[in-house]
Parts: sequence; structure tokens; C-alpha cells
Amino acid sequence: MSDPGKGAESRNASPSAVTISRRQFTRLLGAGILMTVTGTDTDAGQTTQARAGSPISDRLHVSVDGTITIMTGKVDIGQGSRTELTLVAAEELKVDIAGVRLIMGDTALCPDDGSTGSSLTTPRTVPRVRSACAAARQILIKMAAKHWGCDPGLLKARDSTVVHATDGQSISYGELARIGGVDEAMEHAGEDDNAVTPVAEWTVMGHPVRRLTSEEIVTGAQVFPSDIRRPDMQYGKVLNPPAYGAKLEVIDLHPAKEMAGVTAMRDGNFAGVTAPTSHLAELAVNRIAKTAKWETFAQPSSSELFTYIREHVLDRPAKQGKVVQKTGTLQAGLDNAAQVLRESYTLAHIQHAPMEPRAAVAEWSNGNVTVWAGTADPFPVRRTLSEELGIPEERIRVIVPDTGGHFCGKHTGEAAIQAAKLARVARKPVHIRWTREEEFTWAYFRKAGIIDVRAGLDASGQITAWDWTTWHSGNSAITVPYDIPNIFVQSKTCRAPVREGSYRAVAAPANLFARESFMDELAHAAKTDPIEFRLRHISNERLRAVVDTAAQRFGWDKARRNAADKRGVGIACGTEKGSYVATCAEVDVDREQGEIRVVRVCEAFECGAIINPANLKIQVEGCIVMGMGGALWEEIRFDNGRILNAGFDRYRVPRFSDLPELDVVLMDRPDLPSTGAGETPIITIAPAIANA
Amino acid sequence: MTAQEPAMEPEVVDLTVNGQPRQAHPRLYPTLLQALREELGLTGTKYGCGEGLCGTCTVLIDGNAVRSCQTPTRQVAGKKITTIEGLAGNGRLHALQQAFIDEDAMQCGYCSPGMIMNAAALLRKNPHPNRDQIVEKMNGNICRCNNYNRIIAAIQKAAE
Repeated sequence: MSDPGKGAESRNASPSAVTISRRQFTRLLGAGILMTVTGTDTDAGQTTQARAGSPISDRLHVSVDGTITIMTGKVDIGQGSRTELTLVAAEELKVDIAGVRLIMGDTALCPDDGSTGSSLTTPRTVPRVRSACAAARQILIKMAAKHWGCDPGLLKARDSTVVHATDGQSISYGELARIGGVDEAMEHAGEDDNAVTPVAEWTVMGHPVRRLTSEEIVTGAQVFPSDIRRPDMQYGKVLNPPAYGAKLEVIDLHPAKEMAGVTAMRDGNFAGVTAPTSHLAELAVNRIAKTAKWETFAQPSSSELFTYIREHVLDRPAKQGKVVQKTGTLQAGLDNAAQVLRESYTLAHIQHAPMEPRAAVAEWSNGNVTVWAGTADPFPVRRTLSEELGIPEERIRVIVPDTGGHFCGKHTGEAAIQAAKLARVARKPVHIRWTREEEFTWAYFRKAGIIDVRAGLDASGQITAWDWTTWHSGNSAITVPYDIPNIFVQSKTCRAPVREGSYRAVAAPANLFARESFMDELAHAAKTDPIEFRLRHISNERLRAVVDTAAQRFGWDKARRNAADKRGVGIACGTEKGSYVATCAEVDVDREQGEIRVVRVCEAFECGAIINPANLKIQVEGCIVMGMGGALWEEIRFDNGRILNAGFDRYRVPRFSDLPELDVVLMDRPDLPSTGAGETPIITIAPAIANA
Repeated sequence: MTAQEPAMEPEVVDLTVNGQPRQAHPRLYPTLLQALREELGLTGTKYGCGEGLCGTCTVLIDGNAVRSCQTPTRQVAGKKITTIEGLAGNGRLHALQQAFIDEDAMQCGYCSPGMIMNAAALLRKNPHPNRDQIVEKMNGNICRCNNYNRIIAAIQKAAE
């Protein structure tokens, strides 16, 4: 066994400095003392936007021992971006994966690659890293050519060295770095899209690579945000309001402050304590909670959720929704129909419930603050911290250690703000980790909504008109991928009844649930097999391909023939974020017990050229089972601003015993650009189950 | 567990953690999870729910899997605790750790220590469990990345 602690540092750590400039950092990289640096530079807030045209020295560094360091503002929060970005760098620089160190999500060191979300790491950040690494490879080749006084065209990069094609001599990247001039060259070089390795020549990309941090994970060595420990660190605890929207009127902090080693603070609605242990912090916050007086305001309840949404449209004028898609003339399409069907679908709030709740550690030094936080958005969180703390971004460094789950539920920095405020008063580093109940209550929820749809069918079973209104739940994948001559799709925005935000694939699971369920209603009315009915309306070849593949692998025709009273089969398909998915499900229904058991699922997924088939398969498998939760059990219930099921005994998530037989088909398209895959595989499982 | 004023707790207990004699202070760290993470610095054991509902904090006490968030520190006096940090022995990963790596049985990896410790207790009592026995034993452990199929495969592999 290799030393897991060392491995963890080399893959997933940043210098422990409170502040450090990137320039200072790369100098230290060159000196090979990356992990021991303790800087005091106040230049921490400098940020390089990851624009095209930025020097590639913002992105990578070649050390004198030949180690490659790549820097990205993206984070790994379970989706496998660390492995993916490492392997694409290894491919373009022609080095072993073990020779690449990736610094992620550190605002002091990394270029701002935007939020980690919307499946953009693959289509946006991967090309940037590839182009930068390809440009660096060209620089190393040119420097070797200069060193030998030969034509660069005769040289090739291979195994961390530059090799002469004819005379066989070679020079390692480390030697080139020691000769000098590599850093300077990179400071004056931009990315080079033309130098990237073509798909046909990939030797690392396109091949399965297991999670690079797995040994640290299975030995407990990986340091998650909630595992950060700093000298003299205190544990913080925040006083939560009794309900949404409550205002803190009065509080007495003395009962907490009387305790040894405890600090307490109030800033408007925010009140909290710090103590040497989490237990003492809990005791302290309980003491001040008894003195708090809150003003509460009436809040909506989930029992009236859908009425509330219909009655609280915010759109102006005249509460018309935003028209998202319009083709032909809706009324003409309805007039041509032999029959018109209509349906309404409702979508409840659901919670991401990542296994690691929100967590952060904040440490102040000379008016600067470093915050280690579990978030998908290090740079936006730094901006929020700047506003909340009243200090410029230059004085704030956010570091995101690899984090325990996201599912688009950690785009915010609540714990980071709380820890930073408490640490400023405590004058010591402060650790905040939300309880499960806090995560269920105060994190945001996937939006609820209603979808009203009607469609016309002509005598031949073609859809003539499609009239769609989404109330509140959002627009992802709302546009109809089917060939229909007359389409009117609108989306209304309504007042949020609770705190809401993004979700895995945002609103696509909701829109797909309604659309694909309704497609089955239409197929039934047209007396046609659901797959045949869909294919009749699909001209997009990529969408047809996933439907055909899933149906064939699943054995659709046979399974449908064998379907009985208690066993059904269902199909759903769709496209979102540039990738394509079709899912077939076999489901047992016990009508007497009201129980549904998903027996078997086959999903075909296509996202262009596959970069890491190992991780892609895991993402698709995880999406299928996660989506089962939203389809069958997950639903947040609330009453007058209080969450009624804020625990794993009251909020049912998928468990081992729910696992169906999984068959995942990855359809590689090396001829197409790679698109993101962490979200789209979740969008079809719920309607496939419903249709079964 | 809900926090209580520390009057009833003994000041200090002796225990063995990963083969080493250690001390823990129940008044400051009333649950074993708090003592392990905060007092002894063993952060490999994770907090998941604090209510014994998700299995994330699972450790072994005298070879049996327990939820450390529900285990009072005072009750572990004289006991032998094994955490994820102590599972590998003699420089070799435990068969389960290796199998989790081989089967890529994790995404974020936050639930993995609890999964592995619970599975270690299972294999200790039943070295060759069938799939149903694995599901039954593991059903109290939640993985929100939903890697259940791979975790089952890893346990089966480790049991070979």
C-alpha cells in the first residue's frame, strides 16, 4: 500500500497558506516545495478569468522534477471531474496520469472556470485544459529543438520527454524546466486549439480510468470540507429560526458567553456561538435559543402547494408566461385533430440530501480570511463572502476540498458565510457543519411545479398540435424534440413557496416526466406501441439511435408481450445539454399493498466522444437509481414555514433493497464533441417507471 | 443524540482505537463520533445524519458494526474500536478496501468508510454472504450517489 496521506496531498490539497499569490505559488512549484509553503501575501484575491487569450501559465506549470501541475476553478464533488481533467492533461502533455497534479477550486491559485454545474466541465473546461496543455507541449518541443539546434518538426513528445525522431536522443520535461525559460515561455503563450490530439490518436482519453482518489477514500485519508482541522479550531453553531421568514426580535447572548471558551454573536437575523467542541457549541446555542423571541409570518403549506403556485404567477403583463417554443398555429393544429387529449402533472419539492451536509472552516489572519468550503462555486461564494463580510474579494480565499455530494444542491455558501462571521468574532478558526435536519430544512429544494398539456391526434395517429404550460418548475428540456407541426410552449414563473434552487438536470426531470408520460397517453389513444409512436415523431438521428438501442437491449417487444396485470414495461427518451438518453423499465406493481418495485432498467446514453467510459458508466448508473427516488418516494412536506420530514426516516431515498437490475449502454460517438453526462441520464427514469 | 448538560458523564474513559491505547472525555465529546473526530482527530469516520438512520458513521466495537453517532462515549470504556483508518493491516489494504477500488464503488466517497466498516462486520460473521444477505445487512447505509450496485459487487468480490 502506498502512503495514502501523501497521495491525498498530491491530488487533493492546496498549500496551507492563508493567502498566496498565483505568481508566488508557481515560483514555489518550481522550487518543489508546494506542500509546505506558508505565505503571507495579501494579493490572494487576484483572479484570472479563464478567458481565451489568457497565458497558459495561469493553467499549468512544469516543475523541475517533471511534475505537471494543472489549475482549475472547477471542483470535484463526486462527479469525477478530478479524474477527467487529470487524464485529459496527461493525454495532451503525453505524460503518465500519475505525473499530473490537479489543484481544484482554490480562488487564490486557479483560474475562474465558472460554476461547477450545468454539465459544463466536459464541454467547456475540458477543451480549455486540453488546449493549454497542447500549447505547453508545443513549447516544450520548441525548447528542446532550440537546445539541440534542430528543426522542431523532427521532435515528438512522449512519456514526459521530448524525443528526436531520427537520432533517438531525448530530453525530459524536468531537464527542460531546469535549463530554464519554460515558465517565461508559458507566460507569453496562449491556448492552442489546433495542437490538441485528435480522437483517433487518443491513448489515455477514451479509455477507462478509475477514480484517482479511491485509495484515499477507502482508507479514510481524504480530507472532505467537514474534515478540515486547523490549530485551535473552534466549533460553530448557528441559531436557526423556528420557521421560514422568521425575524429575530430579541436575544440574550449572556447565557452562552458565561460558558468557558464560548463566544456568541448577533448580526441582525444571524446569531451563533463558537466553542472548543461541537457538543459545547450545541449546549451554548440551546441556551441562547431559550432567550430568543422571533416574529413569524404566515407561510404556505405543501398541502395547498399547487393551488398556491397557480395563484401566485409573477409574470407581467397579464400573467402570461414566457413563450419558449412556437411553431405553426396551435388552433389550426387543434382544428385538424380527430381527438384532443389533455392532462396535468404536478411535481413536488425534493431535496438533494448529499451525504456530506454543508460544511466550512474559516480562518482570519491580518484582515484576510481563508475559507475551506463544500460548494460547487468557489468564485461566486467568494463574491458573496465579500458582500456579507464587507471586505474586498482580494482579502478572501476560498478553497474547495473534494466534497461529499452536490447534485446541484451546493451552488451556495451558507456554511462559509456563517463560519467566516463567527471566526471574525472568535478570533480563531471556526468549523461549521450543518446537521442533517439543517440540510433538509435550510438548503434549497428542487422547484415544485405544475405542467398542463394538451395535444391533438389526427386519424392516422400523428400529433397535430402541442399546447404546453409549465407553471414555475422551470425550462430545462421544455422544448419538444418531436416532429409536430403546431407547437406552443410557455413557462410561467411563480412566487416560491419555500427556498428553491437548482437540481440535477434542473427542471428537465420534471418536464420529461410530464412530456413522456403524456406521450404514452397519446400512443394509447393512437392504439400504437409507445416506441413506434415516438419514432414516428422523431427525425433526429441521435435520439432515434438511443431509443432503438435501449429497446433492442431491453428486449422491448418480448417484455411488452409478457407484461401482465402486475408487471409493466415503460419507455422514455429525451435530449438535454447536448446528450441523448432513452430508458426502458420493467416494473412490478402490487396494487393491494400500493407498492411499486422497479425490476429491471436498461438505459442507452450518448454524449458524443466518451472521455472516460469508466466514470461515465458510474454516472449513468447513479442517475438511474437517484431518479427512482424522485419518481417513487421523495417529496418534501411543509406546513406554515416548517419542514415536516427533515430526516432520513421521514424522507425516503433509494436504498440497497430498491436496486433494480441495471443495464447501461454507452454509445460512443468519436465524431462528435463531448458533452456533459452528470445530469442528462437522470431525466428519463421517472417517466419510464410511470409509463410501465 | 440531543445534547445534555455534562453532569452525569465520567470525566475520562480508556479505550483502544485501532490497536492503540487512547483516552476520551465524554463530557466534552459525549458521542463516540465526536470523540473520534474531534478529540482523537480520526476524521475518516463521517457524520451523515446524527440519528442512526444512514450508516455513514459506522465503526467496529469489538468487531461489531455500530453507529458511532448513537454510541455514548462513556459506554466504550475498555472496548476495542476499529475505524476506517485502522482497517488496513501490515501495510496491506483490507480485502474490502481493495475491492471498493477495483470495482470503482464510489463517487463522492463520503459514505464509503461507513459502507466498508459495516461490510467488514458482515464478512467477519459471514465470510461468504449471498446477495440477499448483503442487501439485508447494508440496507441501513445510504449512498446518495447511488452506487449500490457497485458496493454490492465490491463486497461480493472481497468475499471471494
